[in-house]
Amino acid sequence: MHIDWAALGSVFGVSLVTTVGLVGLFTLGIVGLSKRESASAQGGSATLAVTGAYVCFAACAAAVAYGIFLIVGK
Amino acid sequence: MEHITLLLGIVIVTALVFDFTNGFHDTANAMATTISTGALKPKTAVAMSAVLNLVGAFLSVEVAKTISGGIINEEGIRVQVIFAALVGAILWNLLTWLLGLPSSSSHALFGGLIGAAVMSAGWSSVNGSTVVTKVLIPAVAAPIVAGLAAMLATRLTYRIGNRADEKATAKGYRAGQIASAGLVSLAHGTNDAQKTMGIITLALVTGGVIAPGSNPPLWVIVSAGTAIALGTYLGGWRIIRTMGKGLTDLAPPQGFAAQTSAATAILASSHIGFSLSTTQVCSGAVMGSGLGRKGGVVRWSTATRMFVAWGLTLPAAGLAGASAEFLTKQGTWGIVLTGALLVAGAGTIWKLSRRQPVTVDNVNDVDAEPAGVVTTAIAAVTPPPAGPVTGDLSGDLKTTIPSPDAEPTRPATV
Repeated sequence: MHIDWAALGSVFGVSLVTTVGLVGLFTLGIVGLSKRESASAQGGSATLAVTGAYVCFAACAAAVAYGIFLIVGK
Repeated sequence: MEHITLLLGIVIVTALVFDFTNGFHDTANAMATTISTGALKPKTAVAMSAVLNLVGAFLSVEVAKTISGGIINEEGIRVQVIFAALVGAILWNLLTWLLGLPSSSSHALFGGLIGAAVMSAGWSSVNGSTVVTKVLIPAVAAPIVAGLAAMLATRLTYRIGNRADEKATAKGYRAGQIASAGLVSLAHGTNDAQKTMGIITLALVTGGVIAPGSNPPLWVIVSAGTAIALGTYLGGWRIIRTMGKGLTDLAPPQGFAAQTSAATAILASSHIGFSLSTTQVCSGAVMGSGLGRKGGVVRWSTATRMFVAWGLTLPAAGLAGASAEFLTKQGTWGIVLTGALLVAGAGTIWKLSRRQPVTVDNVNDVDAEPAGVVTTAIAAVTPPPAGPVTGDLSGDLKTTIPSPDAEPTRPATV
């Protein structure tokens, strides 16, 4: 019986790293955006946080696009 | 095109019925967390999932060449065997739906095929080691892979996000959940609609209607895609309730982490080539995100019932498939009788389900009396008791709904 432990291991590793990475990025983006609201409430701006947030979201969008590419290209 | 025999016609219809049950059985995978956290209204969620399933059915150009992936020897398989396998798979899918248990539709199909093939040609037609590598190991691995990823992701998102205002972040989590749920739906459409197309194509080839190795005719693609989309739109509310509310209580960050982990694990597994069941991945992700939140509770009694259903899927669908094959072997009257039994069985299950219907309106209600302080405190530290475990067909139907349960305490960090 041949069990493909290597494939199972890669699925495990890739899922773990990608999930944690994506969720982390996305949360950073959300936190960054929420800074804008609290900053504007105090009359200031939070350019750095907002720019960072959009970078995070762009990375997540790229990951989703890659996911669609994987589904379509199968 | 040669004429399609009556038997072939019955098999095609049965395959489409299986596709339909597959659709509503698996709506929960993509949409349970989205619905239970309120990211989308139930109707909107199932409509979106249905459309993406339909789109998915048309996306992939590669059609499943084998229906069992080598689990049984498909050479010289007779149309009756496919029919018997489908009957077994449909009945098991309906029964688990009645009990509100998420179980793998593919494993039900494999079980039906194994049972029917053994009854038809003996044990030698089953490839035992493939059963282990394609069904048993993935069944253990899927919840661990997705669960661990979801748990760590949940921890991380709570740690990073706890400084931000809950109201400000809710919208973001909502969008994230919808995106990852969409990916799961799309992947589901490409995988599972392909399976039905593969079955119908195989039946057409076996019946001599189309040449071996040909692509499925357009009407097969359209009807399979439509069947799975309709099933998805109908919504398996019983299973959605179990997955979204029964296993654990999900807050938006958890729903997002669970759904992202599920989407990632599904795509990774199909890309790397160690295929995991979508249902088992999603259930594992939900449990993982339940464990990842401080004060989160996984209802192990519900989870245990689900695990039992996973373990029973192969033998139970196999037994049903074998019985169906025993009947169809007897000749035309046997096939007609099997068809009649399938209709009767499906009708009975549907009737039983009306006793305590779970619909779009009450899918998020956990029929509980308001929880007192003590119950809440107890619920936070111990797995709360659910109804008695039922693996039993004759079991009391009142136990099929996740038992009344207290809301666990919200973590102070949110």
